[in-house]
Amino acid sequence: MSKRIEVNNLNVYYDKFLAVEGVSINIEPRTVTAFIGPSGCGKSTFLRTLNRMHEVIPGASVKGEVLIDGNDLYGPGVDPVLVRRQVGMVFQRANPFPTMSIRENVLAGVRLNNARITKSDADDLVESSLRGANLWEEVKDRLNLPGSGLSGGQQQRLCIARAIAVKPDVLLMDEPCSALDPISTLAIEDLIEDLKKEYTIVIVTHNMQQATRVSDKTAFFNIAGTGKPGHLIEYDDTQTIFSTPKVKATEDYVSGRFG
Amino acid sequence: MSATAIPNAPAPQRQIDNALTSGQLPRFFEVWALIGSLVVSGVLFAVVGFSVVGWIVVAAIVYLLIVGVISSIVENRRKAVDRLVRGVVVIMFLLALAPLLSTLIDVIARGAGDAFDPNFAFKVGGSHFDPVSLKVTTTIGAWQSVVGTLIITGIATVISVPIGILTAIYLVEYGRPNSTMNRAVTFLVDVMTGIPSIVAGLFAFSLFTLIIGPKAFSGFSAAIALCVLMIPIVVRSSEEMLKLVPLDLREASYALGVTKFVTITRIVLPTAISGLITGVMIAIARVIGETAPIFIAASFTNNFNADPFRNAMSTLPVMAYTGYKFPSTDVAGSVASAWGAALLLVILVVILNLIARIVARVFAPKGLR
Repeated sequence: MSKRIEVNNLNVYYDKFLAVEGVSINIEPRTVTAFIGPSGCGKSTFLRTLNRMHEVIPGASVKGEVLIDGNDLYGPGVDPVLVRRQVGMVFQRANPFPTMSIRENVLAGVRLNNARITKSDADDLVESSLRGANLWEEVKDRLNLPGSGLSGGQQQRLCIARAIAVKPDVLLMDEPCSALDPISTLAIEDLIEDLKKEYTIVIVTHNMQQATRVSDKTAFFNIAGTGKPGHLIEYDDTQTIFSTPKVKATEDYVSGRFG
Repeated sequence: MSATAIPNAPAPQRQIDNALTSGQLPRFFEVWALIGSLVVSGVLFAVVGFSVVGWIVVAAIVYLLIVGVISSIVENRRKAVDRLVRGVVVIMFLLALAPLLSTLIDVIARGAGDAFDPNFAFKVGGSHFDPVSLKVTTTIGAWQSVVGTLIITGIATVISVPIGILTAIYLVEYGRPNSTMNRAVTFLVDVMTGIPSIVAGLFAFSLFTLIIGPKAFSGFSAAIALCVLMIPIVVRSSEEMLKLVPLDLREASYALGVTKFVTITRIVLPTAISGLITGVMIAIARVIGETAPIFIAASFTNNFNADPFRNAMSTLPVMAYTGYKFPSTDVAGSVASAWGAALLLVILVVILNLIARIVARVFAPKGLR
């Protein structure tokens, strides 16, 4: 299962402050889309509006439309909880639940949503999710130990396993590799390549090589200055963005002339 | 720069003084300074007439002088200040400890004194008038007060803890940080923290007098008075503990499509549980020793009464107070039982604290090395 994301003229506010202005973008199913741009340009903020996670921050609000397979996320009567079950998210900082074991962490999404699951199904789900996140071999002998005892890179892969265990349609990744070593990063990039067959993936990254390696399409965000809203500058095939961008700012950014 | 370290070079025959260690006092200088100052002070007081307090105070001053002067001569200013301040900090710590230790030793010595009866805690005390022999016999025992303390504090805890923790959950999870509601609740909790306990007792007593009528003494009304004192403490400590739970964990849970209610009950509360238990324990320890509100709302009695809704009820602090202030014909026995009640109270608090520590350890998040 995989879904198309369509965003029409989206503005994101923190109280009265306009953080992101006028973003329109179409994200095709079964693709990987990378968001690049300097810090503070609103990539993460925009990413969080795709599963209504920005609402967790008090005072944040949105104007505009986000359609997932034609259904407006911000339509009246839409339950953000149901949205988030379809659109999963991996965060920049690894955040396994400290009270739970590795196994319980992977099953958290299923268990906390009150789904009944037999022990053998649970075992299968734990194994497939951990294999998917390239963590199985490292933790298979200590599934009942706490997740917070793992190293930083292992914790992040545990969080990815936890996110894919609920089988979302779309997976949002907010700089998932910024705390990982090159080998774990490679593992996750391979994983993204695999997940692409089933999921729509959107990834925020500061690493432009990573964007060229994993993504089909790339969106470049920028701000005119501090205190000004972020804009979507250019959105195209990754190859075009990195070889022949249409906008000068994009070319400057990807060629390393600023940022 | 010339390389001076030659591998496999023969070790120097003579130990060369390290230039970096010059100008330092020997390792146990502070111990010698302490012994010296105790001796100096002792000699001084042997001349004037001995007093333990004076001996220790003068020794402390002499110690600070010796350390400060010698260190600033031999070492440098920074080290002298360091040793001086460290000395002051330790002295202040001992000063703070002195009244605590003195109280504890006094309670143990007098409470478990020569008239100590191991069954004291489990016997109902009081005076019995025998109509045949026309004699009053006094039994010493605290069982009625132990039961009263447990019942009254127990009821207060059962009422206060849910109210307090739910209020804290509202403040942290639901109310927006600067909303009017949040600020009003926080302000009222702060005001409640400052209420003198006697006022809480008067409040409960007058409330039950209005409801039931005159002589409305009951354990339950005392428990209500304790609630007034306990709720703000529970709210404050629980609020701080819930704030310590990282926002990351809530976001991770929401991102899995978990509802807010389940996030709070299954993620936030278990993560904060050991802190919440500690906060509740502090609140219990604070109210279990209250005397005035219980004295007003539950009066005092020597009779065994396990019904919190009817008649006067005794607690350990009230028993200690009345035993001293309103002794029976057997004055020595009353005073002894007052000290015994004080000791029992201390033991009760220690036991509750130990239980809370064990529970907190069992529930604490694992793997945080």
